[in-house]
Amino acid sequence: MLEKILTEENFSALDELLERYKGVPGPLMPLLQGAQDIFGAIPEEVQSYIAEKANIPLAEIYGVVTFYSQFRMVPRGDHVISVCLGTACYVKGSQNIMDKISQAMGIGIGETSSDGKFTLVGTRCIGACGLAPIVTVNDDVYGKVKESEILKILEKYK
Amino acid sequence: MDQKHSVLEMDYIRKQERIALKNCGLIDPERIEEYIRYDGYQALAKAILQLGPEGVIEEVEASGLRGRGGAGFPTGRKWRSGYLAKGNEKFIICNADEGDPGAFMDRSILEGDPHSVIEAMTIAAFAIGATKGFIYVRAEYPIAVKRLQIAIDQAHEMGFLGSDIFGSGFGFDIELRLGAGAFVCGEAKALIASIEGKRGMPTPKPPRTNDKGLWSKPTILNNVETFANIPPIIRNGAGWYAAIGSEKSKGTKVFALGGKINRTGLVEIPIGTPLREVIFDIGGGIPGGKKFKAVQTGGPSGGCIPTEHLDVKIDYESLQDIGSMMGSGGMIVMDEDNCMVDIARFFLEFSVEESCGKCTPCREGTKKMLGILEKITSGEGVMSDLDDLERLGQIIKDTSLCGLGKTAPNPVLSTLKYFRDEYEAHVKDKTCPAGVCKALLQYTITDKCIGCGICKTVCPVSCITGNKKEKHVIDPSACIRCGACQEACPVDAIIKR
Amino acid sequence: MTGGLAVKSFEELMALKERIGREEATDEIKIMVGMATCGISAGAKPVMKALMAFVEEQGLKQVKVKQTGCIGICRLEPMFEIFEPGGERTTYVDMTPEKAVEVLEAHLLHHHVIEKYTIGAYD
Repeated sequence: MLEKILTEENFSALDELLERYKGVPGPLMPLLQGAQDIFGAIPEEVQSYIAEKANIPLAEIYGVVTFYSQFRMVPRGDHVISVCLGTACYVKGSQNIMDKISQAMGIGIGETSSDGKFTLVGTRCIGACGLAPIVTVNDDVYGKVKESEILKILEKYK
Repeated sequence: MDQKHSVLEMDYIRKQERIALKNCGLIDPERIEEYIRYDGYQALAKAILQLGPEGVIEEVEASGLRGRGGAGFPTGRKWRSGYLAKGNEKFIICNADEGDPGAFMDRSILEGDPHSVIEAMTIAAFAIGATKGFIYVRAEYPIAVKRLQIAIDQAHEMGFLGSDIFGSGFGFDIELRLGAGAFVCGEAKALIASIEGKRGMPTPKPPRTNDKGLWSKPTILNNVETFANIPPIIRNGAGWYAAIGSEKSKGTKVFALGGKINRTGLVEIPIGTPLREVIFDIGGGIPGGKKFKAVQTGGPSGGCIPTEHLDVKIDYESLQDIGSMMGSGGMIVMDEDNCMVDIARFFLEFSVEESCGKCTPCREGTKKMLGILEKITSGEGVMSDLDDLERLGQIIKDTSLCGLGKTAPNPVLSTLKYFRDEYEAHVKDKTCPAGVCKALLQYTITDKCIGCGICKTVCPVSCITGNKKEKHVIDPSACIRCGACQEACPVDAIIKR
Repeated sequence: MTGGLAVKSFEELMALKERIGREEATDEIKIMVGMATCGISAGAKPVMKALMAFVEEQGLKQVKVKQTGCIGICRLEPMFEIFEPGGERTTYVDMTPEKAVEVLEAHLLHHHVIEKYTIGAYD
């Protein structure tokens, strides 16, 4: 999996990013966000590359990567299913939807299916509470989802 | 009778007072011309060309505006301390890291009227003498990010940002910074650490950010909705704004109405409006003829307000007095089908996950509380657990380092106060009155059963028995309470209780 | 880019505001489509496309289709509002591309409001 993302092309995109943030105060967050956009994750190899080029201790970078929930060190599956677990969705039963998907796919929250196709995540509020409960698959948003419909929705992505 | 055709005729909008949201839904947020057409950037012109820094601060002080991020600190006083702080470089930060799961008023303002925030930040910068500003916005809001960037670029082109604004020699610039999913970054000092490229952890106060903020320079930090109120205040005058609201809290507050309510959405109301009016007159009450049980305000930092307090007039102090808080504006309504113990557990789980881990009371204490709650919802609680929850909660409130820890026990403490009977039902009777806590549920088949056998086929653990055309039975010891049988039953013969 | 375009005084700003107002034709009909996160999640993009295509096909030059933020009624998204020169404002809710075309045909071509799609019918 890692060989697929640690390509020369990706590293040269990273070089461009590093160049852009040279001299900018407090560059680490945008650097890591950019790196994750490029590689799809921030594995150790990428962290040490940034550490060396931007002259920031690796320990500090690792500390930041592991602190924020948005950063990940392992790439996600082809399709990311995210169930909103914000308050409005929760009181409208999104936990049951999450359980149903988890059971049907045999993966827990934050896990990726063994064929690398699906990653299941729980998100915090995406700010569309009027449509609760909400499930998104990649960029597609499904609002007012019923527990009985969810597996049919996911069928499309198989 | 004529039917109503326009949104303006509906109670939902008529009963609101839209100041922060005034342009949302009216203008194209990606065109600065439309903002200008609706009086945009006049406040900035007035601030720079007429009022001067002192005049701006006096106006904001006199307006009575208080921070809309939740704590309610007087905005004018904050700006004055930024103005008085000594330093050759000062910063303005807009906190757009809307973290309360169930609140989206800031997103709506950023997406619908981004220039109002940019204009306000520039006014603030002029008042305190800052030259650089940051908007720290949630990465989960890509549309807001895009529209903000467009707005910043347009403001540059028209000379409302950049050097020599309105020919005054005053210069100011704004940069966007994205959050990375850490609720604690709503806390000023944690947010600043994050912009600096560190783990978003708070540090003890003092020093306050007004004196030592971003890169240890004087920094004024306000939330999106607070900023959105500034241009109308400067344009129309402090007196106009101070005439709206309650005695101690002026102006309006935007709430995100959600959960078990007919008209979910955003509402902006004068502060001091009774809670009942918001939920029943504006929000249209509870759907499906269900009974109102509680309304949660303040998100993970707030509490649940029961029926007996529905007539409370919404403001910072009154909500605090009844164990909740104004918060950023999430307002989630719950009906008889919501279990208050489960809701308390939900919020606490959130706080446990989001605790940055720096101070012990918050890191360890909230985890202990969650453990007790999980024990209770799985039917293993004892009565002394309730006292332990109260004691732990009080200690965490008193000793945590930042606002996250200081308020994290509120959802538990407020539900313990108002819904103690529900906790006791879980502990003593081992039942969940609302039918939510799975471990305490029992599915039973009633006499309505026609013996079709569908439930038997869908049951994943084969715990249903019965002959064709005879009433079926569920074996509670084998049942995993998945609810598949209930969903499948064609005659609604299966109930859970 | 600054310099040439930059607004330097209150008078210049007010003059600009007036000029923007004048640029709007007096018979202009504005259609504002709710395109905030909630609107887009509910399907506002195809609705907006359908509106634009209709206006283009019919050659309705005085009609402008624009995006706007969220008016706060997330539950009835996607929605759009038609603003007419006389000050009439009609709010159509719970739209689909098909319904949107139906609305424009009736409302713009035949001056007929489809009651059942307006907010009054829903609330």
